[in-house]
Amino acid sequence: MSLLTSGDCHAFEAGGQRYLYLAPSAAVLAVDDLSGAVLDAVASGPQSRADLLAGLSGRYAESEVDECVGELLKVRAVSIAATPAPRTSPRILPLTPIPLSTMVLNVTSQCNLSCAYCYEYGEDKIVETANGRQPKWMSEDTARESIDFLLRESGSSAHLTFFGGETLLNFKVLRTAVPYAKAQAAALGKQIDFSLTTNATLLTDEMIEFLAEHRFGVTISIDGPKDLQNKFRVFHNGAGSYDMVAPKIKALIARHRSRPIGARVTLTRDTLDVRRIYDHLMNELGFHEVGFAPVTATPGRVHAFSEEGFEHVLAEFRDLARDYRDAAVAGRHHGFSNVRETLAEIHKGASKAWPCGAGFGLLGVSTGGDVALCHRFAGSDDHKLGTVRDGINRDAQRAFLDEHHIDRKTDCRTCWARPLCAGGCYHEAHTRHGSTVRPNLHYCEWVRGWTDTCLQIYGEIAQANPAFLREFDGASDEAPQPS
Amino acid sequence: MKHLSPVNEKARRLAQAVDQSAAPPVPENPATAADAGDRDVVALQQTPQQPPGPHIPLGCSTIFSPGWEVDRTGGTAGLCQPVERDLFDCHFGCYWPAQVPDQLNHAPDWTKKCASAQKDWRKIDVIFP
Repeated sequence: MSLLTSGDCHAFEAGGQRYLYLAPSAAVLAVDDLSGAVLDAVASGPQSRADLLAGLSGRYAESEVDECVGELLKVRAVSIAATPAPRTSPRILPLTPIPLSTMVLNVTSQCNLSCAYCYEYGEDKIVETANGRQPKWMSEDTARESIDFLLRESGSSAHLTFFGGETLLNFKVLRTAVPYAKAQAAALGKQIDFSLTTNATLLTDEMIEFLAEHRFGVTISIDGPKDLQNKFRVFHNGAGSYDMVAPKIKALIARHRSRPIGARVTLTRDTLDVRRIYDHLMNELGFHEVGFAPVTATPGRVHAFSEEGFEHVLAEFRDLARDYRDAAVAGRHHGFSNVRETLAEIHKGASKAWPCGAGFGLLGVSTGGDVALCHRFAGSDDHKLGTVRDGINRDAQRAFLDEHHIDRKTDCRTCWARPLCAGGCYHEAHTRHGSTVRPNLHYCEWVRGWTDTCLQIYGEIAQANPAFLREFDGASDEAPQPS
Repeated sequence: MKHLSPVNEKARRLAQAVDQSAAPPVPENPATAADAGDRDVVALQQTPQQPPGPHIPLGCSTIFSPGWEVDRTGGTAGLCQPVERDLFDCHFGCYWPAQVPDQLNHAPDWTKKCASAQKDWRKIDVIFP
């Protein structure tokens, strides 16, 4: 006799309603009383049909229970015991050539700040920036070759992101590269847009004008109010940068209205005050959105997170996420972008074979024109996928995609959060575990906790104000801002 | 679906797939469906429980079941002609591993005396694993 057991899914509750999040399909389903009862029964242990009927006797007709079990089996929320589990997802590689959607251009490896936690300069750096083979500054020629490369490899639209070091140290290159990219894209009939990440210390009126004119998506790296910003984001002499950046950011936000301006906060073990940071950046400085990311560091670094640090941040995230929910239900904007990004993926039902687009839809370009997985690996010979002059090394790219497919990450096979996480950031894995192929097992609990919170919020918004979720319909393929 | 309701976009697609698989796929007159070109021809699509599957040429079967040898209309007209031929057609051209001996390794000669299936099928060796 066949026995029914729980399938590959995560049950959660929101606003008094029960839901299921299915892996690997990433479908969210609302569960009625009968299917809830069946799920409870199989969760307590394998059930035969007779067991189930006995447990539910009197409450539901036999035919109804059969029908319900049939539905649950079809969506794989329950499964027949002792049947081999289907492979997590077939290891199908995308057809090549894969259109390049985002290119991150590291225009310089130099920076006027010396944030202790920086992955480019700190103790965990991958690329030897001080005396390495890569030039300190990208030349205008290399920038032009990179743009030609992007337009050659892209589909009908392309995103070009300028990154550093401190991007604006090489503003000279931006000034010539942007008009060149626009002209070349127009000649080819392609769309192109621009973004950049900066620490804001060097912003001038002329630059602000330039960014507004070319509709740049701007992300400012900033850690919060003065005391928190000045803890790590300091100049080479140790002086804090807050007083320098605050007025410049205000000027930028006042002038550049054509695209929303976001803040990107690095959380360290000493700067965990999520709500205070959020309130300051939104209300005092006027950002449209604030996104948080825990610092990438090997354990033991002074700024690295402890276990309690992760828990603390998760609690603060949950608290702020509830504000997001309240705002969404009331139809108001809320700037906590971590929630927005996760909700967009949940709404769409994203189920990832790779954690991000690095290595195919997104590539990083080093100052010398080497193409790598992403900006965090740009200039590293071990993670090189070609050059802007010779193009992408397709064999290396295929090998990378094959090696990093979720199907290879055996640790992730039974995790319900794998459709969204897919093992997590390659750079984080490289720093923490020494290899990009390793899943980031140190933050599994965090990812599951956060995904569960976002699922609950999604369920609550779906009940109370479904119209709000239309914002995510046909969710944009807008490139996330690199961090 | 009656007991589960889709909430996100992916779930709506899933529900659609489940509902389609539950709906009776065979109309009164199968010829109409073929003419309409809206559905692949599926072997033995007899009962409402059969989900629309992949495209399979008329006359083949996707199940291992003695006595299946009828076509999708319940008759024999759509099967391989002549009927004896389908042993070799299915063996070489289709996926039918369970019923025939392993000709590559275990029993390379099992059809040696059977030059023409129609005439010689009785001479096919009986193979014991």
